[in-house]
Amino acid sequence: MFHVGRYMQLLSKSFRKPEKARMFRGLFVQELESIGLQSVGIVALLSLFMGAVICLQTAHQIGGWIPAYTIGFTVRQTMLLEFSPTLIPVILAGKVGSSIASQLGSMRVTEEIDALEIMGVNSASHLILPKILAGVLIIPFLVILSMALGVGAGAWIGVATGVSTLADFEYGMQVDFRVFDVAYALIKTVIFGFILTSVSAYHGYYASGGPIEVGRSSTRAVVWSVVIIMVANLIITQMLLN
Amino acid sequence: MIELHNISKSFGNHHVLNNVSAFFERGKVNFVIGRSGSGKSVLTKCTVGLIEPDLGNVEYDGRNFTAMNLNDRKSIRQEIGMLFQGSALFDSMTVEENVRFPLRMFSSLGEKEIQMRAEACLERVELADTGARFPSECSGGMQKRVGIARAIAMNPKYLFCDEPNSGLDPQTAIVIDQLIKEITEEYQMTTVVVSHDMNSVMEASDTIHFVHEGAILWNGDRNQLLKGGVPELESFVFASDLMRQVRQNQNQP
Repeated sequence: MFHVGRYMQLLSKSFRKPEKARMFRGLFVQELESIGLQSVGIVALLSLFMGAVICLQTAHQIGGWIPAYTIGFTVRQTMLLEFSPTLIPVILAGKVGSSIASQLGSMRVTEEIDALEIMGVNSASHLILPKILAGVLIIPFLVILSMALGVGAGAWIGVATGVSTLADFEYGMQVDFRVFDVAYALIKTVIFGFILTSVSAYHGYYASGGPIEVGRSSTRAVVWSVVIIMVANLIITQMLLN
Repeated sequence: MIELHNISKSFGNHHVLNNVSAFFERGKVNFVIGRSGSGKSVLTKCTVGLIEPDLGNVEYDGRNFTAMNLNDRKSIRQEIGMLFQGSALFDSMTVEENVRFPLRMFSSLGEKEIQMRAEACLERVELADTGARFPSECSGGMQKRVGIARAIAMNPKYLFCDEPNSGLDPQTAIVIDQLIKEITEEYQMTTVVVSHDMNSVMEASDTIHFVHEGAILWNGDRNQLLKGGVPELESFVFASDLMRQVRQNQNQP
């Protein structure tokens, strides 16, 4: 309960009007690049391979006695409902979350955060708010990219290996398609983006001690972000799909 | 001037500060000395508001800082400059960007004026040509001087220095001490230096407060310090052979 209370306090301290809009914009753009652009490579790589593997595994499972368009349908549903909106934020919790926690943790132990406070800067708003807003804004775009690449890779590998024709795959992709599924995926993504940036920032901001403690806070940030994302995934799925 | 009235602070059952009162004068370098763990860093953090005291209050020129809310404190904090033990420079910024940071954040100056002010501050600490370097490319002494340049950028009324000479060689330490003394007189600031370095105390102090087990046990100036006083102060000040010899020489007719 202590951590929940302190996390809430940090959020309320973070969501305050920035001191200088011009400086905030600069930091926000920096975070968009750091969280978004610098994650495009890993997101693309994982999505391409996952889309291709799901295609081959589905083809193997249906074994010729279920219509071939099921492959396209399964690839689409898996990428759209679960892999892209849930597993991409989990992967980003490892990459972006640990980076946020170690950056803030280092600033804490080298007294840079104290230096900001002494100057009269709201350190939480200055350091954390741009990260949260950038995460919430840019991670959905990464997830949309992941969906497109995963489905594309599935179609390509299906045709290349002969387990599906392009026409079957395309038909499968359109069967029972609901726009709400995309909305559901993006709602999840926004919430997970908030969780991974804010939970990681919390662990980094309150790090204490030396370099070992910064490393530990980074590990805690990743573990807790993943755990909370998983719990939130269950709750959101129950609320939105049932 | 800064006044501390009956400051007490505990962490759990550990009483770090017990009813501490002190007075730091304007235009002077006020030293707070004491052994490691005596409570001097906690006292400084209570003074600047990084730690809230359990009891007592801090006044900046008669303004009760402890009783203020966060927004009111902000105006006083913009009058405070602080030099940290590890310099606390922003690693991702160049030396010049570090000095420009408080100006960009709080002043209404244009970019050109900010640039000129940052250059003037760096020139004042004799680092005019190092603005483009990153802190990691500077020596310990240079980092301290950049820290001072950043601290004076906003023309502060109060300057706090936490162990300004830690990790520096004796010659560089003297340069930093002299710089602190000079800028205190130049800007007529109330400067508070936390240190346990007796060379520094002898070099730069105007007033001295000796903290022992969370209380100010003694205060005076350099000359009074050499005469000694309470036994705890004597064992701290004359712990080194050098300081014992200084006392011996002073006592000789």
